[in-house]
Amino acid sequence: MSLDAAPTGDLVADLRARFGRAILARQETAEDFPVLWIAPEAAPAIHRYLKQEIVRPFPLLVDLWCIDETERRNRAGQPASGVTVCTHLTSLERNADIRLKIACDAEAPEMPTLAGVYPNADWYEREAFDMFGVRFTGRAHHRRILMSPLWDGHPLRKTHYARATERPPFRMTDAVFHDTEDAMQPDPEGWGHPMMRDGQELMMLNFGPHHPSAHGVFRIVLGLDGEEVVWAEPDIGYHHRGAEKMAERQSWHGFIPYCDRIDYLGGVIQELPYLMAVERLCGITVPPRAQMIRVMLAEFYRINSHLLFYGTMAQDVGAMSPVFYMFTDREKIHRITETITGARMHPAFFRIGGVAMDLPTGWDALVREFLEWMPSRMDEYERMVLRSELFRIRTKGVGAYDVATALDWGTTGPQLRAAGCDWDLRKRRPVMGYDQFEFEVPLGHTGDIYDRTRVRADEIRESLKIIRQCLENMPEGPTKADHPLTTPPPKDRTYQDIETLIHHFLSVSQGTVVPAGEATGQFEGNRGLSQYSIVSDGGTESYRTRIRSPSFTHLQMIPTLAPGMTVADLVVQIAAIDFVMSDTDR
Amino acid sequence: MMTALAVVVILILSAMLLGGLMAAAGVFTWAERRLLGFMQERLGPNRVGPFGFAQWIADTVKLITKEDAPPEGADRPAYFLAPVLAALPILAGFGVVMFAPGWAIAELDMGVMFVMGMLALTVYALVLGAWASRNRYATLGGLRAAAQLLAYESFLGLSLMGVVMLTGSFALGDIVAAQEDRWFVLVQPLGCVLFLIAGVAAAHRLPFDLQESEQDLVAGFMTEYSGMNFALFFLGEYLAVLLVAALATTLFFGGWHGPVLPGAVWFGIKVGIIAFVFVWLRATLPRPRYDQLIGFAWKVALPLALLNLLATGWIVVGGA
Repeated sequence: MSLDAAPTGDLVADLRARFGRAILARQETAEDFPVLWIAPEAAPAIHRYLKQEIVRPFPLLVDLWCIDETERRNRAGQPASGVTVCTHLTSLERNADIRLKIACDAEAPEMPTLAGVYPNADWYEREAFDMFGVRFTGRAHHRRILMSPLWDGHPLRKTHYARATERPPFRMTDAVFHDTEDAMQPDPEGWGHPMMRDGQELMMLNFGPHHPSAHGVFRIVLGLDGEEVVWAEPDIGYHHRGAEKMAERQSWHGFIPYCDRIDYLGGVIQELPYLMAVERLCGITVPPRAQMIRVMLAEFYRINSHLLFYGTMAQDVGAMSPVFYMFTDREKIHRITETITGARMHPAFFRIGGVAMDLPTGWDALVREFLEWMPSRMDEYERMVLRSELFRIRTKGVGAYDVATALDWGTTGPQLRAAGCDWDLRKRRPVMGYDQFEFEVPLGHTGDIYDRTRVRADEIRESLKIIRQCLENMPEGPTKADHPLTTPPPKDRTYQDIETLIHHFLSVSQGTVVPAGEATGQFEGNRGLSQYSIVSDGGTESYRTRIRSPSFTHLQMIPTLAPGMTVADLVVQIAAIDFVMSDTDR
Repeated sequence: MMTALAVVVILILSAMLLGGLMAAAGVFTWAERRLLGFMQERLGPNRVGPFGFAQWIADTVKLITKEDAPPEGADRPAYFLAPVLAALPILAGFGVVMFAPGWAIAELDMGVMFVMGMLALTVYALVLGAWASRNRYATLGGLRAAAQLLAYESFLGLSLMGVVMLTGSFALGDIVAAQEDRWFVLVQPLGCVLFLIAGVAAAHRLPFDLQESEQDLVAGFMTEYSGMNFALFFLGEYLAVLLVAALATTLFFGGWHGPVLPGAVWFGIKVGIIAFVFVWLRATLPRPRYDQLIGFAWKVALPLALLNLLATGWIVVGGA
């Protein structure tokens, strides 16, 4: 992240001048952006100032999450805090970020709500309540979002158990079953939705969590007048596996395979922001060859994910065939990733400081063959899908939004670019040598479903360009950094000197010890911004790993876009969001 | 004596036709899946029997032996009646189809009207099944089916009236006989296109399969059906495709006329080609939205059908 340091320096001075003592402290971190501790009661005003009043504002609330500080040892220079609520804001005009931290009480954490400033804070606050028990004054309700409504406790608190074996065995008795079922009953009144419109009773339709078009275990409760959607209430959490909790029990190295499963279609893409954060803490610079292997694989998985989107998008408007053709292409990509990494969907191929192994002999022939195969296929899909009149009448003008609305809801990635906002982190904050590549950032105009499909289809072509450049310019050299903290550590000298042997033994048997501190990794993934914010307490595992996933924010926009759509439109809208539930619930 | 014999003969013929149709529908499901596989870079069923041909038999056995569980709170009599109503009218409709000169169970004077009526009756099955299942997706599907029927039946009938006017008869035999020199598709191209569009809708096939569109309604009116009842709906749908194809062959593509081969074979070939087009459509087209479809029917297709009728009438009267 090569952020411009100068404007943020002014920014801190500006905030101090304006809010005086409400800016409690500035935390020294390895990050490229300022981290400020602010007073809880001033939080809404400061956020409002940053979003609306400042010159070149911060319209995007990237993330809001908490850190349970109660067992953290290394937090010198930070104000006392039990549970810290963090917000991460991005300014597109400045191309800069700022992180604000709010200290709360450990027993009864509480702060004013930010949902009035940033609409997408709503779900984040629900998550903060769900996971940490933080109460946000001014909110109408505190409903759980990921855990079951009957859950006892707040799972990401350090006092909460991490494994089922730490509890008596769970039994699904009849009573538990019925209680759970009752708790899951739709409750339009409680959600604040009407059941009548113009004297007509609305029909409530429980869409999902097992619906062929819900793309995973996603549930939306719909209020319907005929076929028209009057209101929609998304319900997520069915795919929640507690990845953030697992991160606190895995070694830094051992968590890499879990990243693959955050967005199970993104393959290695999710490993990148995680590793970027870890490498930042360790101070590792990844060698060029490893960087380019990472870029190439990431782009392969981007194509893979976009192809699945493209095909299912066409299928959700009723076109049966494209998805099968695209699976042929995806199979070809899988062959390549299988040859390089040994796996198809979840390669777990990247390592702290590089990649697991060098490219195999003959990889270039496979990649070249694919690069020759794919463009003509893309032309065919263009004819089959994007230029099909029936596809156009189904998607043009449906689900449109403007950039301001998109940013209000925390939208990033192709979803944002389809509305015409030129924001691609690969261009704006190039990492891993993305600035060396020639590629365009496809943009839409209206944000409607057609534009969203077109943007992703064009991104496939751009990814092909990047892969071609990787193929032609793959540098020679090591595939892992020469650094003691790379994992698994360098082994070539282990039998020559005892120091290396001991380090290797400890690192392999116990895990890498990552220096204490906080670091953030951001990557423009296939669905948008993936951000991993990690806290190390100087141990072999993470103290806190926060995973900011694009799908979570994107789904939150559904209630805004759905009213007025028909059920069939809603299905297409869901497809056009291109989410996966594992990425939403983590 | 004679009448009793005639009845027996007709019963035997009917039974043969029934058996033949069931098998044809079964084979059609296999053919469709293989064709779709071929069109979509995959194999389709190829395990049971040569080229997977016995797949439809295996499927039938599976469906017959499968548990059929009506949902809680369903209207059981209606729930079980609906699938029967889906298949029965279509089978009856085949009773008047003339496969070759004189090869029909019943040579009705009003043959065209009878087939049309039978096709329209199937919608009762859909609405009834939807209502009886007590499922909201099914309800939406049933409502769509009813609205779509109104929209498409309106010009289905009108689109073929041109042919009836040219022939001066509603009997299917007469209509085919009138095409000895020239198929009606050449004289009535617009009527033919409109008929085929409405035919796709009447057979509930993509892009007009809104009442069961799986992307939004799971399976529409069929959501709660399984086992043999599901199979009956399925049978009705596939037979409807064949019936529409047979009707199109009769009305526009010269029925049994053709060189060298016997008439019935030509009839079969033509039905097969039209059924193939149905499959092809399914592999190719996306599905419009419900209101767009209904709008198309009322605003475009119906006026065109009326225009076609007007022009035909003018030609018939002017020519006479």
